[in-house]
Amino acid sequence: MPKLLEVENLRTQFHTTEGTVKAVDGITYDVSEGETVAIVGESGCGKSVGAMSILRLIPHPPGEILEGSRILFGGKDLLAMGDEEIRHVRGGRISMVFQEPMTSLNPVLTIGLQLTETMMLHLGLGQPEADRRAVELLGMVGIGEPERRLKQYPHHFSGGMRQRVMIALALSCNPRLIIADEPTTALDVTIQAQILELMRNLTKQMGVALIVITHNLGVVARYAERVIVMYAGKIVESGTADQIYHNPRHPYTIGLLNSVPRMDLRQGGKRLVPIEGQPPDLTRLDGGCSYRPRCRWAVEACARSIPALEAVGDGQIAACFRAGERALDLEREFDLDEASGA
Amino acid sequence: MATPQAFIDTGELDELKNPLGERLWSLARKQPLGTAGALVVVVMAFAATFASFLTPYDPVVNSLEDMLTPPNAEFAMGTDEFGRDILTRVLFGARTALFIGLVAAFLGATIGLVLGVASAYFGGLFDLIVQRIVDVFLAFPLIIMALAVVATLGPGVENVIIAITVPFIPQCARVVRSSALSIREIPYVDAARALGYSHARIILRHMAPNVMAPFLIMLTYFVGQAILLEAVLSYLGMGVQDPTPAWGLMLKGGAEEFLESAPWLSIFPGLAITLAVFGFNLFGDALRDMLDPKLRSR
Repeated sequence: MPKLLEVENLRTQFHTTEGTVKAVDGITYDVSEGETVAIVGESGCGKSVGAMSILRLIPHPPGEILEGSRILFGGKDLLAMGDEEIRHVRGGRISMVFQEPMTSLNPVLTIGLQLTETMMLHLGLGQPEADRRAVELLGMVGIGEPERRLKQYPHHFSGGMRQRVMIALALSCNPRLIIADEPTTALDVTIQAQILELMRNLTKQMGVALIVITHNLGVVARYAERVIVMYAGKIVESGTADQIYHNPRHPYTIGLLNSVPRMDLRQGGKRLVPIEGQPPDLTRLDGGCSYRPRCRWAVEACARSIPALEAVGDGQIAACFRAGERALDLEREFDLDEASGA
Repeated sequence: MATPQAFIDTGELDELKNPLGERLWSLARKQPLGTAGALVVVVMAFAATFASFLTPYDPVVNSLEDMLTPPNAEFAMGTDEFGRDILTRVLFGARTALFIGLVAAFLGATIGLVLGVASAYFGGLFDLIVQRIVDVFLAFPLIIMALAVVATLGPGVENVIIAITVPFIPQCARVVRSSALSIREIPYVDAARALGYSHARIILRHMAPNVMAPFLIMLTYFVGQAILLEAVLSYLGMGVQDPTPAWGLMLKGGAEEFLESAPWLSIFPGLAITLAVFGFNLFGDALRDMLDPKLRSR
């Protein structure tokens, strides 16, 4: 599969009164056509900022995407584009699904208006064709009586329904890539599965690549082909979902997996193993591994220099000096089906 | 208003199902003062629109044999020093007042709306500069600002409208900005950016409708203020010029020369000004109570 998106050495910083926050500090990854990639990490690790940087939605000031960062989309550098050009990419070629379905739709405009406006803008459709396509899209995302629904306002919709509308909106202009920023966090558990199922099916059907940003490893297990684990603005490990779950090499990934609640724990008499401590202050990073203070396997070398990403398997990379040692093994086997709540 | 639905909470949705008359009646009982204000506004609009059908007299033609007639059966409010029927001139004066009031209020509030929303949306340096300019304008009392403009441009209806519009812009911009600042932080603005909308589209189409409540309140308040300002400017001889029927102008002629000998010359236009301003203010207050959920009494 050809590469659709190539992020190279992306660095995004925020200049605040407390100092410069290195929210994203040199991340490199790529997404192929039609591929589903998950970016996982805890709050504040830079996963959202990294995604917003792709569409240049970082408020400037205080935010800044540093020189030397490159984001190639279909071979073109998004960071070098003019305002007019990037606007055509936004919503047209790359669209986003946000975390908060309750507030991501404009409360004073009808659903129909919000759906058709985008299509008229990016696809150059007239009102009648846009209306027809809007009905079709709402049907696709599983909203009944689409004709009637189009005339309604967002407050007539429940959270899950609104997220369906957001997905319809994201798909409306036939994008090549959808970035979903924690698309299910604000929904209740029963709806989460439905929404994820819907996104997976529609993106597979239409051959759209998908970047899912999440802190829920259960989500990742089931839906992503590749997983990128981020910590303190850096990628610490990446590989296929299989590799990450069955053979994690970075202590942080292992910690994340150990802290996922699992049904079989009660029988085993074991408790959840949380990751102790807090993520580091991104204004005060030192020259060592940023995960060191929370790491059970930290050694002296970890304080001296930042470990680089190195291959630890077929396509799997990890940034840990001890990634090759068997000492880092998971405490327990991870069951993919179990984790995804199936 | 095209989209009242958005401002109505679920409790009031039931009312939507009732017939119009019933709804108006329940509204009138909740807002007696506002209804009185609305009534004044409606009567005034009616008078202004149908002035020429409501009276047999002409507002500008002199009729010297009827000079300074006190109110009687023929001339309900008497006549002025040129024998023109006061009632007729009050009715036509409503037309002048409403025209200037509405145009100036609408222009001032709308320009202020766009400026305020843009200021909040762009933030940073742009916001800082706009708000400091607004500060400077707000430092002057309304009437001084209007006088300054009209003194520069000269009298006449268009110039009076400009003179009244200018001091309204910063007032509305300030109020709208504060509402728009909170709207700016709601994800749908970022979502709109992620959909590739231009700045102008986001400001005008996606953010402006969300600050309609403060906008409408400012608008009605401005109409009352504009009518008062127009009367003041005309009274001072810097506004509408004779023989155009205008309340301030009538007051001027009546009060200066005939206050003791023919008080009806100044009483009736004075009453008209008071009633109009009072009506619009009551209406605006009621509108604010209805649109502002924080002030809404349950």
